[in-house]
Amino acid sequence: MSEQIYIFKIFERIWHWGQAGLIIFLMITGFEVHGLYSNFGFEKAVNLHTIGAWSLIGLWLFAIFWHLTTGEWKQYIPSTKNVMAMANYYLFGIFKNAPHPHRTTALTKHNPLQKLAYLFILVCVGPLIWATGWLYLFYDQWVAWGLAGSLSLNVIALGHLIGAYAMLLFLIAHVYLTTTGATPLAHIKAMITGWERVH
Amino acid sequence: MQRTLRVATALFIGWLAMAGAGVASAEVGTKTTADHSKFKELDKDFQSGPEVTKTCLACHTEAAKQVMHTQHWKWEFVNPQSKQNLGKMHVINNFCTSVQSNLKGCASCHIGYGAMTDKGVQNNEELVDCLACHDNSGAYGKPSGLGGNVLSKDIEAPPGSGNIIKGINLKKIAQKVGKTTRKSCGNCHFNGGGGDAVKHGDLDTSLEDPDEKLDVHMNSDGLNFTCATCHKTDGHQVPGSRYAPTAMDKNPAHIRGKADESNPATCQACHGQKPHNDKNAAKLNNHTNKLACQTCHIPAFARGEIATKMFWDWSTAGKRGEDGKPLVVKNEEGHAIYMGIKGSFEYKENVKPDYIWFNGDVKYTLRDEKVDKSMQPIYINKYLGSPTDGKSMIWPVKTFRGKQAFDAENKTLVVTHLAGADGTAYWKNLNWENAIATGMQTAGMPFSGKVDFIETISQWPITHMVAPKDKAVACNECHTKGGRLEGLPGIYVPGRDGIPLLDNGIKLLALLTLLGVLGHGVLRIFTSKKH
Repeated sequence: MSEQIYIFKIFERIWHWGQAGLIIFLMITGFEVHGLYSNFGFEKAVNLHTIGAWSLIGLWLFAIFWHLTTGEWKQYIPSTKNVMAMANYYLFGIFKNAPHPHRTTALTKHNPLQKLAYLFILVCVGPLIWATGWLYLFYDQWVAWGLAGSLSLNVIALGHLIGAYAMLLFLIAHVYLTTTGATPLAHIKAMITGWERVH
Repeated sequence: MQRTLRVATALFIGWLAMAGAGVASAEVGTKTTADHSKFKELDKDFQSGPEVTKTCLACHTEAAKQVMHTQHWKWEFVNPQSKQNLGKMHVINNFCTSVQSNLKGCASCHIGYGAMTDKGVQNNEELVDCLACHDNSGAYGKPSGLGGNVLSKDIEAPPGSGNIIKGINLKKIAQKVGKTTRKSCGNCHFNGGGGDAVKHGDLDTSLEDPDEKLDVHMNSDGLNFTCATCHKTDGHQVPGSRYAPTAMDKNPAHIRGKADESNPATCQACHGQKPHNDKNAAKLNNHTNKLACQTCHIPAFARGEIATKMFWDWSTAGKRGEDGKPLVVKNEEGHAIYMGIKGSFEYKENVKPDYIWFNGDVKYTLRDEKVDKSMQPIYINKYLGSPTDGKSMIWPVKTFRGKQAFDAENKTLVVTHLAGADGTAYWKNLNWENAIATGMQTAGMPFSGKVDFIETISQWPITHMVAPKDKAVACNECHTKGGRLEGLPGIYVPGRDGIPLLDNGIKLLALLTLLGVLGHGVLRIFTSKKH
């Protein structure tokens, strides 16, 4: 008899899937803007990418508000405890049917490795993408803002691209790791219904 | 009976159309306060061009004086920056190379009567050719070979040859003078380089009656601009010369009554600095800091179904056909691709321009400058500029390649004596040494007698044949790999640029990550079955 607990609240689930969709959309359009392939055509890709970016900014405003008011931001405070145990589990334990070292509860939704990964995205990749993205978007204003002499578009574009590539690698690993729950679809189900089947 | 009826109907419709045209021209006519056909001074059988001019000057007292200060009269232009002495009288090009020594032919496009090198002509007001620019009948023209003189009667030239050159009725033309028209300017400027569309690529006779697609401003059913609408002439000084182009215009749009100092022929002189106002306006307006308007708004030149010359190899000239006459070979479209008197050519229509950084400075290789064959192609005129000089914009140009005679010992470009019935003119005699000796002598330049051929390039600004906005160059024609701006340095073009190592590296890394997680998954499936 498996135990089910309610982890992801309705806002959190909407935020997650909205963000997931937007990030994938931004990757599809962004990589086209970078010239890796052509699908929408450059002009449309740029316009869609811009719409996607503003939508994600809007979603984030809600998410930041939600995290601050509910105290959920604490979920991302990292701890060194059990990090090695988690790594050990993913590298070896998982193949030996060893018990999962982290016990998911509504108060500790993320395992220690997850926390570190999300924190890295939140503190490094996110700000890199946002800062370069805004500057890219407001390239027209550089002269007015007095930035034209100190910035160059290729550096800004490169920073934005590195951020995007980091997100791509994260996405691949993240999608795979959703299958490592109690059952392969347990995590995904939890992200849809809010209810997670725990070990 | 039915047939008669049909003919009658056709005649009636034809009459209606003509009547309509008559009404239309009368409406245009009402805008001027002087109908020259009513002037008794002009009701006269003029025997010569100067006789017409004399009559014009009786009222337009200052006109000739003004004309004599212009580049159109002098064929001279001193570049204010480089101080190079330019203009047709001085430059060598890679079409027919030089007007010097060929004035008998070339001067048919001079706005004067008679050889302009003659001091007597230079200062004689009656030798100013008013009709060359102000004819509105469309019938005016000066035959080549007469040194810029007009014929009022048919002549046989050379005498006894049976070759009749038609004279024109100067009275009819003088009675129909007015402001310049696309055709009156085009008589010379559409035919630069020796034929329709040959030289510029963005100027040819298709602009006499263009539709909107060909030129959004000159569209004869629309805005119907003449050349002078943009080349806003003041006291016969025509602004907007390619000898000193305005590459970057940061001035606001001109305002009536205000003393605007900037070139009135630029796009900005009317459209200002923020010309876009619909879709993506902010982004497009921002592009104006690096791109000349022409770069996007003239997607191709020679768009009027008349091909322009792209390449001219003089070194192959000299062949004669079996009849002993200079050989002529034509392509399927009827263009001569080989002429015994001129060499080999290539023509093209709808040509995508080349794009360069251009700051308005042009460096000419004049006839006294040394050229080094090992450095060929030599730029006849090099458009200068760089992405970092703060004065350059990305401009579309026609790159015209040539291969022309030069003095192998003195290492200079040469004046070739081409036109004329004398014993050295190349077109008659097909002998380079003699033709160049005469040409250089006329120009007062030394010539060693040793002839070789050198590859040359001339650059021509693309600025006419502005397409409607929906036909402008689309974003993805530059924002892509291998697009129009491929290879243009000093600018980051999203969609074109990137670091290949990074772009390929991430593909590898993403693949490795994917393989890693898939391997992990497979191993999990495998081990879970074992347990």
